[in-house]
Amino acid sequence: MTTPSDFPPPPTPGRLLDVEDVTVFRGDRLVLDGVSLTLDAGDAMILTGPNGAGKSTLLRTISGLRRPDSGDVVRYGALAWLGHQDALKPGLTLAQNLALAEKLGTTSLPDALDALDLTHLTDLPARLLSSGQKRRAAFARVMLSGAPLWLLDEPTVGLDVASIERLGAVMAAHRAKGGAMIVTTHVPLPLDNTRSHELPSLAHVESFWLS
Amino acid sequence: MTAFLALIDRDLRLAFRFGADTLASLLFFILCGSLFPLALGPSPDLLRHMGPGIIWVCALLACLLPLDRLFGAELEDGSLDLLMLTGPAPAAVAFAKMAAHWLTTGLPLLIASIPLGIMLGVKGSELPLLLAGLAMGTMSLSLLGGMAASIVLGARRGGVLLPLLVLPLATPVLIFGAASSYAGQLATSPAASLDLLGACLFACLPLCPLAAGQGLKAAVG
Repeated sequence: MTTPSDFPPPPTPGRLLDVEDVTVFRGDRLVLDGVSLTLDAGDAMILTGPNGAGKSTLLRTISGLRRPDSGDVVRYGALAWLGHQDALKPGLTLAQNLALAEKLGTTSLPDALDALDLTHLTDLPARLLSSGQKRRAAFARVMLSGAPLWLLDEPTVGLDVASIERLGAVMAAHRAKGGAMIVTTHVPLPLDNTRSHELPSLAHVESFWLS
Repeated sequence: MTAFLALIDRDLRLAFRFGADTLASLLFFILCGSLFPLALGPSPDLLRHMGPGIIWVCALLACLLPLDRLFGAELEDGSLDLLMLTGPAPAAVAFAKMAAHWLTTGLPLLIASIPLGIMLGVKGSELPLLLAGLAMGTMSLSLLGGMAASIVLGARRGGVLLPLLVLPLATPVLIFGAASSYAGQLATSPAASLDLLGACLFACLPLCPLAAGQGLKAAVG
């Protein structure tokens, strides 16, 4: 279980993440080449780049799911993860699907569901939800965690305009509370003062085994 | 600890929700065991002598059936990523899944082995010993199977690899387990076999979740 004491003290107040010169290979293909970025409280960073540029790989590396082949990722706070799959079990109701996240997190389930307009679906099995509703349910899990650092991989897939607005409001509220997020997206998000980080496509780079 | 119990609770709910998957290994166990009298002939002496062995082999094979989906389903829908990031430690996640596997597979097999044993002519007085051995045996098999399932996770043809990995590791459990179940028939003491069976279980108990946790971490990376 992660408690605040599990993290090193930030070098500057409000710092949540340091990524230094991270390089990742997938097989013998170079996916990330010396990526560096920092994230402070209140930041929203949009990762851009063509398909296959390594946006998801960078998020997985920052989250700790994947170890960088060189470079360092240092987090100064807990994180919440939204992968590109929704991780909902079709046979369980929305509430049952989110029960584990609720137990581990600090935010109350009704609040999170209310903010995403899911309250009326609480007792519906996930298999009956539309893809946009599932996406919002997966996002509710991020809200439940109460973690300051959000890593969101394509949070808006399948969402209608009204839901994207609602998501934008939730994200703005999170930033106002001193949270930060890294988002990969192909559609513009209703957020202001975002920073963006462009990942170049490395598809043309030849890589060799040097060892 | 709450997260650990919540994870078991979720798995049990899923097992009840998709009852067909849970019943499949149980039905396999009963059907497989009922085929032996048809093939071996109805001689009560022969069946009584073979009974415990048949039950042990069938239980071992039935335990293998649901292993393929144990972590596979979690990996495919992205739940495993979440569990690795925000859930309890990887070894605890693996242990919770193994415990849920035993509760949904091992425990029903244990109960079903009573009628199957009676059908094969195992005497009532020998049943408690058979059940005690099977209880420890199925627990060890859940642990070993969960470890193997996490190791082949993400590998192509993992389903083929899985029995190849589990069956050699499960042979000590099978040998000592079946030996303990025959003690009643042979009028010997089951103590040594049960001790060794317990030793297998207590070796698996810490080692398998640790190895499985590493397997899960490698699978999501």
